[in-house]
This record gives sequence, C-alpha cells and structure tokens, in this order.
Amino acid sequence: MTAEAIVEVKGVGKTYDGGVEALNDVCLELPPGKLSTLLGPSGCGKTTLLKIIAGLIPPSCGEIRVKGQKVDGPGPERAFVFQDFALLPWANVLRNVAFGLELRGAPMEQREEIARRQIAEVGLGGFEGSYPNQLSGGMKQRVGLARALAVNAEIVLMDEPFSSVDEQTRRKFQEELLDLLVHKQKTVIFVTHSIEEAAYLSDQIVLLSPRPGTVSRIIRPEIKRGGRSPDEIRRDKNYLDAVDEIWQILKQYV
Amino acid sequence: MTLLGKRIPIIFSLAIWFVVWELIGRVKLSLLIPPFSHVVAAGITILPTEKFAAAAMISLRSFAVGMAFALAIGIPLGVLMARSASVGRILGMWVNIFVSAPISALVPILMSVVGIGETTVVVTVFLFAVFVIILDTEVGVKQSDSSLVEMARCFGAQPYQIYTKVLLLSALPEILAGVRLATIRGVKGVVIGQLLIAIIGVGELFELYSRNFLMEEFWALVIVVFMFAFAVSEAIAALERRVEYYAGAR
Repeated sequence: MTAEAIVEVKGVGKTYDGGVEALNDVCLELPPGKLSTLLGPSGCGKTTLLKIIAGLIPPSCGEIRVKGQKVDGPGPERAFVFQDFALLPWANVLRNVAFGLELRGAPMEQREEIARRQIAEVGLGGFEGSYPNQLSGGMKQRVGLARALAVNAEIVLMDEPFSSVDEQTRRKFQEELLDLLVHKQKTVIFVTHSIEEAAYLSDQIVLLSPRPGTVSRIIRPEIKRGGRSPDEIRRDKNYLDAVDEIWQILKQYV
Repeated sequence: MTLLGKRIPIIFSLAIWFVVWELIGRVKLSLLIPPFSHVVAAGITILPTEKFAAAAMISLRSFAVGMAFALAIGIPLGVLMARSASVGRILGMWVNIFVSAPISALVPILMSVVGIGETTVVVTVFLFAVFVIILDTEVGVKQSDSSLVEMARCFGAQPYQIYTKVLLLSALPEILAGVRLATIRGVKGVVIGQLLIAIIGVGELFELYSRNFLMEEFWALVIVVFMFAFAVSEAIAALERRVEYYAGAR
C-alpha cells in the first residue's frame, strides 16, 4: 500500500441479538483517495460492515479507526449513500440535498447555495423544486449522492447505490461516479454484489465469504482508466482478468 | 351521482332530507319532530341571544382547553410508546381499552372527583379525545421509515432533531387523522359532559329545551352543534389533504 490507510478495520466481529454471526474477525486497510469495494454473496455481512464503518451499528468486537481516531458513532468526515435512497418524501430536492447541512445548523442561504451547486454537479439542475415521488429511481439516487457530497465528507460510503436503478442508468451512473471521484479526491467504500461493477469501478476489491463474513481475498485490478472510453476499459485485459478471478472465488459460495 | 346525464351536487341529498323532514313535521306525525322550516326559524331567533352566546362561549372554552391538553399529552405519549418498546407494552393495553371504553359512564364519577362544573367537562373532552390521538401517533411513528432515521443519524442529527425533523413529519398524516377523529369525539365530550352536569353551556340549553318540549329550539341546537363538529373536522381534513401528497409516496 502506497499511502497510509484512511480507514482501518481491526478484528471487527458482529453477532446480532439472537446469535446470528454476521462478521468474524475482519481486518482491512482502505487507502485514501481510492475506491474500495466490498463484494460478496448476499448474507456475507457487507452492508453490516459498511454500517459499522459508518458508525451506525456498533461492532461486537474489534474497532474501526478513521484517520487514526477510533469510531464510536457517525462523524462529519463520513457520508452515506443509501440503497433505498432514504430521501425525505415531504421535502423537495433542494431541501433533501441540503439536509445534512441543515442538521449541522448551517444558515439557509449558505446551505441552499451549496446544495444548488451539488444538484447541478450530479446533473439534476432544474429539479430543485421537485419532490422525491416525482423522480425516477436513477434521479433519486443522484439526489442521495448530491446530499452526501454537499456535506463535503472525505469518505463516501455507498450501500449498493445502483441496485434499484435500471441497467442503462446504472452504467451511466458508474461513469459519472468515476469522473466525479477523479476530480474530488474522495475515498469511496462501495458495497455491491455485481462482479462487473466491482471490477469496473474499483482500485481495490475486498471479497467477503458468507456466514459469518470474513475477508476471503483482496484484489487490486490496476486498470488504467485515464482518457479511455468505458468500452475500452471493459475490454482491458486487467478488467477481464479481475472479473474472472473474482468469479473463480465467488462461485464456490454459490 | 348523475341523473339524466347531469351531475347532481352532494348538497342535493341534504335538500331531499330536509324536504322529507318538512313533510313529516307538517303531517304532525310526532310532537318530537316539528317542521324543518320551524327549526330554522327557531335557530335564527336563538342564535343572536345572549343566553346562546354565553352557552357557546363556555362550551367552546371547555372544548378548546380539553383538546389542548389532549394534544399536548397525546402526541408526546404516542411518540414515546412507539419509540420505547417497554412503554408501548405497559401503556398499549390501557390505551386500547380506553379508546373503545364508554367514557360517558365515567362522567358521574368525574363529577364526584373534580366537582360539578367546567373542570368536569374539560376532563371529559380530554378523555374522549386523547386516546385516539395517542393510538394514531404511535402507529404513525412506528410506520415511519427506519432508514430515514438511520440517514439522519448518519448526517449527524442530534436526538431531538430525529424527532423534530424526521419522526414527527413522517407521522404527520396519521397524527392529523387522529386529531380529526379526536375533534369529533371532543365535541361529543363537551355535549355529553354538559348534558350530564346539566347546569352549564350547551348542555344546559339542551336540557332546558327538551324538558320544556321546545323541540324547534332543541333541533336547531342539534344542527348548530353538528355543523360546528363538521366544520372543524373538515378544516382538519383539508389540512390532511395538503400533506397527503407525500403520505402516498412513503
């Protein structure tokens, strides 16, 4: 690893009330400014791990450190993008995007200015006054992404953000996400169950094995992305090798 | 409803009932049912009287105070029951019993506890209204999307912000439905409370009219009370329709 890890997962285990063991002794280091993916079959605890990193769920044992500080709850340096979008249905796009800033007590004018900028950046300019039930799934997730970017957190945690949008939107979204991350220098931790998505997006892929979830392998695809079209990347030898390598490991869990 | 291809306004059905009422009154079927036109006339004479104004004032005051207590206690209690499993278990059974219990039967006991007067009526209104508010608030908060709470926590919400900015707004459609039902029950509470005490407010008038067989005045008063309850509940229903757009989207 070149740079020092921004997020360290140290011996994390999680046993839910009722004795279900979701995670067992997970150790990970996530580099700053990179996109790391947690990948595995359903039931491998990848969302649980993400929520533990977010500080939403306390681990049963072990600890999370973010920039050297032990995590004991959510913090301003981490933002979350939810699988089910989690938008306030009674608030318009502008207020939803500004919600994180509203909770921090930012003045109305300032938070709306930031929100407008983020809305434009995710390509939703003109929809500031729309309500979530007037938006498509893809647009809702753009709102969720804009909300996470608006609080200017260094670390963006994404829980299967594209799983409830259609395939075209999903691909477009993936490209835009990569573009955005190149410019913003964010650290992204991404949960998915799609092998192609993981290989396409990630600098580092953490494969989790199920019941209880443990790290089974870490793969770093080393795909050269700069200046290449999505189709070129999808034909890249490293991309195809990564997809194949992941599948060889995952198929034993099927 | 349409007749011969034309839409008939809802008010038409009321009109038919008034005509039927008028006819029954005209044929003198019963001493208890005077013609509708006489009732309207009686209403026009009693409405401007000082006696009616005083009765309406004291009834409105009991209603408003009782409802204010029901809201101030019912909504927080409902939220608490939804958020704390143990409080929900302990109080849930009692709320469910009282929401369907005949509260009117308790009024005589109330009289002996808090005295014969306005306080009894206020407590009666409170008891009529509070349980349905508790119940609906509890349901609304319980049904609110847990991922919204998670989202708020994630973006650094203080505990009180989770209530003011997520849970209460999320439960607003159910809370308003509860308040609307509670309002209707509250009006019943005023009338029943005052009837049983029989010395104050609208209840005193009811008692006075029915005892002296002033049926025209009696019915006029019934219509006034009915219209009041209807107007308040419609006002809340209008508010409900304004928040409905997102209730369907949750």
